[in-house]
Amino acid sequence: MPPDNAERRRRTMTLEAFADTIIPGEKRSPDDRAIAGASTGQGAVAAGAIELLETPAAGLVDLLDGLTTVLNGHATARAARLGTTLDSGIPPFVALSFDDRTELVGELLAPGHPEKEAWVGLALFSNMAFDTAAHMHTVDALAAGHPGLAATGFAPPDADGLWRFPAYSYRRKFAELHPHTTASGSPA
Amino acid sequence: MNSTESTDVLVIGTGFGGAVAAYHLAAGGAKVVMLERGPWVRSEEFEHDFLLGSSYTRIFDFVVGDGMSLLGGNCVGGGSVVYFAAMPRAPKFVFDRQGSIGRRMWPSSISRDTLEPWYDRVSEALPVSMSDWNQVTYAGGLFAAACNHSGRTANPVPVAIDVDRCTNCNWMMSGCRFDAKRSLLLNYLPAAVACGAEIRPLHEVQRLSRTDRGYRVHYSTVDAEDYRILHDEGVIDAKIVIMAAGAGATPVILQRSAAALGGMPDAVGRYFSGNGERLNTAIVDEDRARELFGLDRGDGRAYEANQIGKGPCVASWDDLDASLPEYSRFSLEQLYFPPGFGTILAQVPGAAAPSWFGREKKEIVGKWQSWLTTFTMSEDDNEGVFGPPPPTGNAHRISQQMLGRGTISYEPTANTRHGWEISDAAVKAVMERDGLAKVMPWTNDVVGAYTVHPLASCRIGDDPATSALDDRHELRGHPGIFVTDGSAVPGALTVNPALTIAALAERAMPGIVQAAKDRGVSVKYGAPSPLGEIAGRRGTLPLVSDLAVR
Repeated sequence: MPPDNAERRRRTMTLEAFADTIIPGEKRSPDDRAIAGASTGQGAVAAGAIELLETPAAGLVDLLDGLTTVLNGHATARAARLGTTLDSGIPPFVALSFDDRTELVGELLAPGHPEKEAWVGLALFSNMAFDTAAHMHTVDALAAGHPGLAATGFAPPDADGLWRFPAYSYRRKFAELHPHTTASGSPA
Repeated sequence: MNSTESTDVLVIGTGFGGAVAAYHLAAGGAKVVMLERGPWVRSEEFEHDFLLGSSYTRIFDFVVGDGMSLLGGNCVGGGSVVYFAAMPRAPKFVFDRQGSIGRRMWPSSISRDTLEPWYDRVSEALPVSMSDWNQVTYAGGLFAAACNHSGRTANPVPVAIDVDRCTNCNWMMSGCRFDAKRSLLLNYLPAAVACGAEIRPLHEVQRLSRTDRGYRVHYSTVDAEDYRILHDEGVIDAKIVIMAAGAGATPVILQRSAAALGGMPDAVGRYFSGNGERLNTAIVDEDRARELFGLDRGDGRAYEANQIGKGPCVASWDDLDASLPEYSRFSLEQLYFPPGFGTILAQVPGAAAPSWFGREKKEIVGKWQSWLTTFTMSEDDNEGVFGPPPPTGNAHRISQQMLGRGTISYEPTANTRHGWEISDAAVKAVMERDGLAKVMPWTNDVVGAYTVHPLASCRIGDDPATSALDDRHELRGHPGIFVTDGSAVPGALTVNPALTIAALAERAMPGIVQAAKDRGVSVKYGAPSPLGEIAGRRGTLPLVSDLAVR
C-alpha cells in the first residue's frame, strides 16, 4: 500500500492514465486529467480497470507501486527527449498528451522491450476490465450498465442468470461437403 | 515398516489420456488412484460468469511463455471440460509427416488406418457424431457461405455434443452447465469411479522417484481458491505410473524428476508443437452479408450473432491435400472465443499503430457482434523447448487462478511462419471477397503465438534420439512409466486433436495392462465402452494381442 493519500492518488491517476491509453474514454469531469478524453463513451477506467488491477486475485497488486514509479520515469525521460515541459502538479505520465502516452505505451509493449512482460500484464487486465468486467459477477455488471459489456452488446441472461439462445441457426446448407469426407464426418 | 500409501496404478491428470487409462485399468481389476491438480467441478457449479474465481477461471490455465502461450484445462476432466468438443479424425497424410527430423516422425506401427478402430472406440464412448446444417450456428453458416462464395467446400464438424441438451449458450469454455458437451465427466471418469478408481482433485504432482518395486509420486495439495498456495505434501507408491498431465505439464514433471530417476530421454520437454494454430478476426459488413448470401436471422438482422453458438461448427478442409508439400497444409475452422481472450488480441484491420489497443480498437469492439473468428490449424516445426522447471507446478503462478508464467520458449521457424502466412492469406481471400468483411490476424507480439492444443513435448516415435516414448507410450529407459496425453502426439495434426489423443490412449491400453500384469497386478484388458456398448471393442479385439506383446 502507498504510504499516504497523496502517493495513493498519484498511483491511481497514473494507472488510470495507463488504462485509458489501452481503452480510452470520456472525461469524468471537465478538469479530469487522468482520463485524456480521447474517445466518446466510457473506457477502461469507468469499466473498473483500477478495481481489477487492485484485486489481490489478479496477482499484480504488489507490482503497482513499482510500475507507477517506472512509468512516470519513462514519461519524464520522454518529455525531456521531446523538449516538452510537463505540468509539475500531476504525475509525469498523466501530464503527457494522449498521443504521447500512446506512443510511450507502444514502446513499452513492443517485442524486445526489457519490461514488456509487466506492461503486457497491466494492459491485459485493463482490457479485461472493459471486455468482461472480471471484478464483478457478469449478471450484476450487465444490470449496472457496465460500459464494456454495453459496448459489445452482450445479451442479457434468462431470469435464472443463465444464457440460452433458442434461435441460433439459419438452418440452411451453405456449401458442398469436401468430396473426400469419410463416413465419420472427418477428412480422409 | 513405514505406512506409505500405495496403489497398483497412479494416474497423473484426468483429461483424455488419464481418464481412458484409469477406466480400462480399474475396469480390469487394478487399484487406481488419479491425482488432478485442478478442482472437481460439478455440472451445477459451471457458471455463466466472467468473474475472477468463477468456473471460468477455476477450470483452465493460461500459461505465458517466451514466444508461445498455452491455454488448457485445469480440473477433473482436463481439456474435455473446457474444449469445444470438435472431434475430427486426423487426415491420413499427417501420419507420414517428417517434421523437423527429416523422416517419418510417427512410429511405423501407427497410421490413420491402424488408428481407425481406436478412433471408433472413443467415438462410441463419448459419443461423437456428424453435425448437420440445422445444428450449425449463425457464425458457422456465415463462414460456410463465405467459403462457398470463394469456391471452397465447407463441412459441419463432427462433435461430441448432445444437441438436444445444447442451449447454444456459448459458455462452453466455462464447463457445460447443461451436460450437453460430452466431456469425460459423463463417460470415462464416472465409469472409472464405478469400477473403483479414486480421483483426488487439488493434488499437484511435483516429481517422481524410484522405489524397489516401481515409483514414488510426490505431490502437494493445492488451495481450493488460491492455486498459488500449496498446503500438505505427500507420496504414493505405485507399480505403474501413467503421466497425463498435459503437454504443458507432463514434461515439466519429468524434468523435475530427472535428478532422482536419472537418464531422462533428450526429447522430454522438446519438440513441442502448438498445432500450428492461429486466429484471424473478421469484422463483417452486415449489409454485404445480407446482399451476398441472403442471410436473415428472421428478425431483420443478417448476422450480428457473435455471442450465439457452440464453438466451432464448420471447417474448410480444401487445403488438407496430401499432394501438397509439408508446411503448406492447413484447415480453417469457424470459432468463437468469449470476450477477454476473444477480444484482447484482435487487431484493427488497416490500423497504422497501435492496432490491438487504443482508440480504433475500442471502435471495433463496438462491432463485436459482427465479428467472425477463423481458426487455423497448420503444420508447425515442433520448435518449442521447455527450460529448467519452476520450483513447483508447470509455471510460476501470477493470478490466484488461470494466469502463469511458464518456461517454454518458441521461436517459429520459416516453415511455421510460412504455414501461418498462407493460411492468413486464405482467410483474407475468403472473408474479404466482395467486401464481406475486413480481416486482421491476431498479433503474436503481445503474448507470443498461442495454442489451445499443446502437443508433442514428450512424444512417441521409433527413434530414441527424437522421441521420449516408444510406440507403446512407455518412457524410454524408465519401464513402468507411460505417457498417454497430448504430449505423446508426435506433431501438429492440422485438425482438433482431442479425438486423436484419446484414440492413442485407447491404443496404448493393452500394452499398459500387460505391463501392470508383468508387475504382479491382477488386471485384465477388455472392458466395454464406458456405457456398456461393445461394438468398438469388437473392432479392436484383433489388434490387442500384438499391442500387448513387448
